[in-house]
Formats: sequence, C-alpha cells, structure tokens
Amino acid sequence: MQRIGVFVCWCGSNIAGTVDVKAVAEALKAEPGVVYSTDYQYMCSQAGQNLIIDAVKEHNLTGLVICSCSPRMHEATFRKTAAAAGLNPYMVEIANIREQCSWVHKEMPVGTEKAIILGKAAVAKVNLNTPLTPGESPVTKRALVIGGGIAGIQTALDIADAGFPVDIVETKPTIGGKMAQLDKTFPTLDCAACILTPKMVDVAQHEKIRIFSYSEVTDVKGFVGNFDVTIKKKARFVDETKCTGCGDCVDKCPMKKNPNEFNMGMDNRSAIYIPFAQAVPKVATIDAGACTMLKKGKCGLCSKVCGAGAIDYTQKDEFIEEKYGAIVVATGFNPISMDKFDEYAYNQSKDVITSLEFERLTNAAGPTQGKLLRPSDGKHPHKIVFVQCVGSRCAACAEKGKEYCSKICCMYTAKHAMLTRDKYPDTEVYVFYIDVRTPGKNFDEFYRRAVEEYGVNYIKGMVGKIVPEGDVLKVQASDLISNKQLHIDADLVVLAAAIEPDKSARPLATMLTASMDTNDFFTEAHPKLRPVESPTAGVFLSGACQGPKDIPETVSQAGAAASKVIGLLCKDKLTGNPCIASANEMMCNGCSSCERVCPYGAITYSDKEFRMPDRTTQIRRVASVNPAVCQGCGACTVACPSGAMDLRGFANNQIMAEVDAICK
Amino acid sequence: MQMKEYKPLIVAFCCNWCSYAGADLAGNNRLNYPADVKIIRVPCSCRVNPMFILRAFQRGADGVILCGCHPGDCHYTSGNYYTRRRMAMLFSMLDYLGIERERTRVEWVSAAEGAKFAATMNDFVAQVTALGENKRLEDLRCKR
Repeated sequence: MQRIGVFVCWCGSNIAGTVDVKAVAEALKAEPGVVYSTDYQYMCSQAGQNLIIDAVKEHNLTGLVICSCSPRMHEATFRKTAAAAGLNPYMVEIANIREQCSWVHKEMPVGTEKAIILGKAAVAKVNLNTPLTPGESPVTKRALVIGGGIAGIQTALDIADAGFPVDIVETKPTIGGKMAQLDKTFPTLDCAACILTPKMVDVAQHEKIRIFSYSEVTDVKGFVGNFDVTIKKKARFVDETKCTGCGDCVDKCPMKKNPNEFNMGMDNRSAIYIPFAQAVPKVATIDAGACTMLKKGKCGLCSKVCGAGAIDYTQKDEFIEEKYGAIVVATGFNPISMDKFDEYAYNQSKDVITSLEFERLTNAAGPTQGKLLRPSDGKHPHKIVFVQCVGSRCAACAEKGKEYCSKICCMYTAKHAMLTRDKYPDTEVYVFYIDVRTPGKNFDEFYRRAVEEYGVNYIKGMVGKIVPEGDVLKVQASDLISNKQLHIDADLVVLAAAIEPDKSARPLATMLTASMDTNDFFTEAHPKLRPVESPTAGVFLSGACQGPKDIPETVSQAGAAASKVIGLLCKDKLTGNPCIASANEMMCNGCSSCERVCPYGAITYSDKEFRMPDRTTQIRRVASVNPAVCQGCGACTVACPSGAMDLRGFANNQIMAEVDAICK
Repeated sequence: MQMKEYKPLIVAFCCNWCSYAGADLAGNNRLNYPADVKIIRVPCSCRVNPMFILRAFQRGADGVILCGCHPGDCHYTSGNYYTRRRMAMLFSMLDYLGIERERTRVEWVSAAEGAKFAATMNDFVAQVTALGENKRLEDLRCKR
C-alpha cells in the first residue's frame, strides 16, 4: 500500500479564488492510501517545495499528489522535488486544478467539487504508480539547419563556432535568403549585402559547416539526439567540385529569356545561371525546364565553353543519408501572392509592385542598377503611393489575406519612403496606413525622421481602388483624419504585402512531427519561456518560420536556437522518457498486432525459451520493445488483443482507476 | 419536491500534446465551460482503449469525448488515425447497444485552439444534457 501525501496549491488567488483549497485538502484525506494532506500558497516556490520534502521525510510518503497548475507547467518541477526528497520522480501525479478548473469555472462550490474529483483521480492513479527509471541514448554530435537565410546562417555559424559540425540544407542554388535580396536595412540604413555577404563567406569557409544548396530534406526519422535524415540534392547538372563560378557559361547560354527569381522576375536570366554575384556556393545551376540541351538534346554550348569541364548533363538527383543530434528549422517567409487583390490592380499594371520588388528596383545590383525607374516604361516616377497592410491584419478578408500583423512592413515602408525622398527629392511620396507600428530600438525615431525630415506624406486610411489609366495609376483612398476622399494620380504604387511562412514548412512540420499554428507558423514549446524550441524534442526554431520577424530579432533568435542546440550536443547521453511500452512476455501470444501499428518500428519479435510449470521448456515468439526508440504513444497497448502490452506511467489499470474515480 | 438540476457526467480524454494543451489554453484565456467535464490526460488519443470508454459508461458516465491532434499533426505521426478508425467501430457498436451517437464524440483540438476546446465542451455538454441520463450500460455491481 502506498503512503500518499496530497499537496493543494493556492497559486496565490489563482486557484484559491475559485476553489476552497482547505476543503479539497480535507476531502482528499479520506481517500485510500492518503496519509497526509495539506495546502500552501505557492507549492512551486522554494518554501513550498521544502514543505513537500519535509512531509515526505516526516510521514514516510511513497507517492505524491500535487493539486496545482497544469502538469505541462510544473510536472518537471515537482518530479525534481520528489527526487530531492529521495522518492522516484515518477511517483508524482498532478491534478490540474488551475487551467482546467479554477480558471474555467466561476463558482466556488462548483470549482471545489470538481477539484476534489480531479484530486481523487490523481490519488487513484498514484496508488498504482511504480518507480520508473529513464533509459539512456547516445547523442549524434552534428546539427542540421534547414534553410540558409540569415536565420540559418547565424544559427549554423554559432553552432559551428562552438565546435560542432553543422550542415545547412537550402532549396535555392545559393544561401542568403530574403536578406540577400534587400537593398538597405532599417533603422541604420546599412546595405544588406555589405553585412550579409561576409557572413555567407564565413559559412562557406568554416571547416565545420557543409552547405547542401539546391537540396531539400525528404525524410526524417528518429528522435532527439538520433535523427536519421534523408537529403535530396537536386541535379544542378554542374559538378560543384569543378565549377569555379567564372560565369562564362552564363554569358554564352542562348536561352536568356527566363524570369530571374532573384530580381522578383523583373528581368531575365539565362538557363544556366548563378543567382547573384556573391552567391555561396558560387556555382552555376542549369534550370532543367529552360535548357534546350536537357529538353531536346540540342545546344551544349555551356559544356563547350566550360574550361573546368564542370557541366554534366547526365547528373541525377542524389540522396544523402546523415545522422543528426539536433535539427533547426529556419525555413523563413515569403510575401503572399497579390492575385486575390484585384482592387490594387497588381496583375493589370506593371507599375503596381510589391515591396520586395521595390527593394530589387532600388538595389544597385538589381535590374535597373539601383535607379528608380518604372517597370512599364523605364521613366522616373514622380509620384509614388505606398500601401501598407496589404493582406495583413485582414480579419474580415481571411480568405484573401492574413489576420496577423506582418510586423516588418511599417518599418520597411518608412525606409523605402525615406530613401526615395533622399535620392529623388523631386518625388512626392504618400504612405497609406491603418496604424504605424514602430516598437523597437530607434524605430520610432526612424519613422519620425521619414515624416519630419524627409517630408513623406503619411495618411491614415486605406486605399480602396487603383485603376490604371493611360500611364498613370488612379488611386482612390480615404483620409480618415480629415475625413476626405482622396484621388491621387500616381506613377508607381508599392504594396506592402503580408508575409507568410514558406510553403515548404507544412510538409517539413509533418516530417518532424513538429506542431504549427493555424497560419502555418511553427509553434514554440512555450511562447514566453521556450521561444526557440519546438514542442518536439530536438527540433529548434530560428527566424520567421516561427512568426514575422525583422533582421535583428531573427539574428538574436538564431543565436538563442544555436545555444539550445549546443546545450543538447554537449551532452554525451540523453536520458529518455521512461513512460514507454513494455510487453508482458508471459501474456504475449506473438500475433504481431503491436509491431504493425508502431509508428517508430520500436517493437521486434524474437523466439524465447520459457520454463513451464511442468518443468518442460517451450519456445514462443514474443514481442519486445526497444526503449531507445519507443516514444510512448500507446498505440500498441490498444492493438494488443491479449493485454500483454502496457504503457508505463499511463498503464491500463491506472487510467481505469482514474475513470472509476471520476465516475464514482 | 423540487427536482435537482440535471448535471451530466462527462469524461474527456485529451492527448498530452495538442488537446490537453488546448484545454490549458482555454484556461489561460479564462474561457468558461461546464465543470461537468473531467479531463483525463493520455499521451496520445490512440492510447485510449475502447475498454476505458466502456468502463466510463458502465460506471455511469453520460458522455465520453475523445480529443486529439488534427489529422496529420499527431505528435506520434499517426496515432490519431488509429483513434479515428477505432472509435468509428466502437461508436457504431455502442449505437447498436442503444447508447446514442450523441453521447460519444471524437474532436480534433490543437494546442492553439483554446477557444475551440471551450466551444466543443460547451456544445458537447449541452448535447448530452439534452439527452438526459444514460443508464443503459450502468452496472450496479460497480457501485459501492
């Protein structure tokens, strides 16, 4: 028989406000096995934990029931307390009387009654708890970073600098991501390339970092410390080890009319291409859909001019299998498609562009060498309208845009407006906004400078319609402050498109069994306290895959993710979850039902010798569970027809006891 | 004599990774739902043995709801697919035994859906309350 101690937490007034904690402690005293029951203001505080430790010693307790907040919050805390008191940490059960009781019920009698029932269920469970010891598994001391933007680059550099090997997988032919496409960065206005490209070179030259560019992750198996990952290196038809990046092939390629993704399709590139001058790795890639040699077997010019002999038209996709201890997701973001926003005439006029296109248009390495020229006729625009929140904060039009704030648009629009006025003082600039949101160091000062020093016309209100007429764009908008309708004949309109997670994130999340929110951003293990960890152990989050972020925030999150990875890779062994399945060999009839449902392949069958009561020996086929692989889902326990399979910590008799206690 | 207001007894099985966290979020956001709902935490919805549900009805539960991660989002990759199939079988059997379909439910609630959790519970409790007491499987021998 267990000797159970019950500890009811007030959580200040969080619990005690709706639950009569003294009544709960008193009621649970009568439960079978309970020898001690008390309440305290803050059970998780040091004083509260000491109270538990003292009670264990004084009353010789063998099991603990803590009636407090969610086990997701403090189960680990109280397990440590139990260990400090000399108990097995798995002799603790939590009755969640805060999140699932005091916070959702208003009346004291109702809350108290439910808290008592939840406490009884926990007592019933602890009565059947057994001491558990976690297994150990080794850690592969190598990290995988998925995504080679500034988030992935910074994470990889920080991990590699700590001495652990890192692989970066990037779907594009070069690392650099969105930041490589930017012109200048707010609020300091230093050029993105000047601060990013040295980091890209650091990555390329780091002896601990390998870059798999033009590659993607196709399969992830395993668990924290022991991931088995399959990486598909897409055929680029150029031998990376031979290509010197001289660019002769790019010049000679006759297929020059392919939209240049790097310049947002505003100019063209050849079928064989290097995305931009500072690409890393600086290796050419053949666009298989555009190359006539690959499509029709005619041409072969690039192969002829390549002095290094790097062109290989027969190259095939290559699959690489590698083991990793930790995985960092840094898949980043994209601006949303403007197709559904007919009112802004994005698809009708070339002179309605998105902010990322504007970024390329003002970039010295962009399609116009940094001259601000209209995409339609190459003329200098004299009146520019910026429209903010296109698809952001769009609760009413959820099928078109996003409900959330994209966070970076206010600042980059202020930057665009300021830079335009700085370079071309003869240009009139209008910015239409819902709110200007500029929290951040030196951000509001930056925005004020745009308004006060550079004379940008900020107008509170939204643009209703844009109609291209001749070579002007008729902009109809409302000015909410002076309550007027405005009609502006603009030469260029720039839409601050909402940002959304990269499309690769959803399938990746499925592979990693990492959870996502309704907008396809990865969710963190705790929004405040564990912001760079996914709830899935061993998976970490860096950058805009977790939510909209600017560069400083991305870099700090990247560093934080790296430090978490380093903390994991430093360990030689990980202690696993002891709440795993185990088979009772005497009951197992060898049917293989459990083996078939196990998602991890943790169950194997083998022939074993059994001594029977009549002293004969029988050989039977029985199941056994690999404790390092089992994750403890319990699918097998239900599939087992003979009841041989059970889950430690969530055993059949324990859950039954909870059901009984609740239904009494 | 005045009749006491009928309060159903509802057992909710919630998977640790999505629905239990969703229930916690409902708490964090102070979204009320009836106290008739008592939650039992399981690692995955696929841990729920049909026996547990039968036992609950045997002991006098008026409704049983099973919550798990959305299809495709299971922490254990495929547990909720097993749940979906197993419960389809079980519920049709319970239906055959005369336990109305409305007393059982499988719902997918993610960790981000506190509002959905509370709404689901409000709806389910209202549905079971409308049906009234369930005595069909109750085994008096279980009662002390």
